[in-house]
Amino acid sequence: MAKITYITSDNQTHTIEVQNGLTVMEGAVQNDIPGIDADCGGGMACATCHVYVKDDWFNKIPKKEDGEDDMLDMAFEPKTNSRLSCQIIVSDELDGLEVNIPSKQA
Amino acid sequence: MKKTDALIIGAGPTGLFTAHQLKLIGLDCEIVDNLDKIGGQCIELYPDKPIYDIPAVPECTGKELTNNLLNQLKPFDIKFHLSERVEKVKKEDNNWLVKTSGGNSFLTPNVIIAGGVGSFEPRKFSPKECEKFENKSLFYSVKDKNIFKGKTVSIFGGGDSALDWAIELSKESKVNLIHRRDEFRGAQATVDKMHALVKVGKINLFTKYQMANVHGEQMIKNIDIKHDNDEIKNLKTEYVLGFFGLIMQLGPITNWGLNLNKKTIEVDTEKFETNQKGIYAVGDICNYPGKLKLILSGFHEGALAARACFKLARPNEKYRFEFTTTSTSLLKRLGKKE
Repeated sequence: MAKITYITSDNQTHTIEVQNGLTVMEGAVQNDIPGIDADCGGGMACATCHVYVKDDWFNKIPKKEDGEDDMLDMAFEPKTNSRLSCQIIVSDELDGLEVNIPSKQA
Repeated sequence: MKKTDALIIGAGPTGLFTAHQLKLIGLDCEIVDNLDKIGGQCIELYPDKPIYDIPAVPECTGKELTNNLLNQLKPFDIKFHLSERVEKVKKEDNNWLVKTSGGNSFLTPNVIIAGGVGSFEPRKFSPKECEKFENKSLFYSVKDKNIFKGKTVSIFGGGDSALDWAIELSKESKVNLIHRRDEFRGAQATVDKMHALVKVGKINLFTKYQMANVHGEQMIKNIDIKHDNDEIKNLKTEYVLGFFGLIMQLGPITNWGLNLNKKTIEVDTEKFETNQKGIYAVGDICNYPGKLKLILSGFHEGALAARACFKLARPNEKYRFEFTTTSTSLLKRLGKKE
């Protein structure tokens, strides 16, 4: 279990407890947090669950695997700290993680 | 104006199998899809990724699944209208009048929306200013490459489309290639070829840059691109091409008076009918308690919606349930019996 904070582009903060094993995307979708579309349902095939991970956390969470950067090429306004939230799996170590949701997913 | 018993919107696996079910029970149908090819998400998002949960098919790729479904449709004559998006759906007496972006119109008692997560549209540049140049000097696909002859073209993207066009246009145009990182996801041979052209000065490569702004009156004069470290560069360019893949958008469906829930359409689980009589939704786009976004669910939903269509298309006939193993009329339709 980890407390994850989602910050929307209009600076609304949503902190929720997400079960280990779920993804940061699933945590958002199951709790109706706006701004994460996840059109493909977690298949790393659409880049509509794009988030920005705060710098200190970006290096702590498991690294991107093959293909994630390819999808991020297509995301709306990608930055160096961009991730696909469907590829970040929640564990105790992620307790306190903060992610920013872009103003649009496409 | 074309008359048909049912019009299917979406040529993905669910739309294809729904067509099979309609034809099998003796109804006509036509299919419209915004993509230029048949297969929907299976062909656009994961043509080569294996799928493991199609009943009785232990493993197949999106492409194989599409081809198998097309094979299953071989006995039937089904008209596809590709690269066309359904724009308008309007009630006309007991029929729906459906108009597409390609200028086709259909009159049909049944419209089956098998639209997945919406129609595929190109992903666009984020700066708002880009909109006003769209289809004039800024494009998301190339229809006529001759307009770029002797001009400067700035190409954005890191996949095969961006690379292929950078290489092709570098023969007769001045090409800038701009990408958000150093790695390219295109085929290695294409990436190598691009780098070779950069070396001999045929392509100007800018990596870790993204579009920041466009300037011009009627046509683009120059653009600003921004580096990861916030440095801005101004490039003189006459044309801009963006290749960021496709995104799925519900589009005009939102204006048809249907009960929407987020990006899905509410249906009943008997006919998979929406709140509008004669409009059905099947596959990923429909929603009901317990809905699973699996291909196998789409097949079931399409089979039931097809039976519901029968009542509206043949109001004076009674639908009789039959098996393909034993029914002479079904076997005839399948071309297995004279």
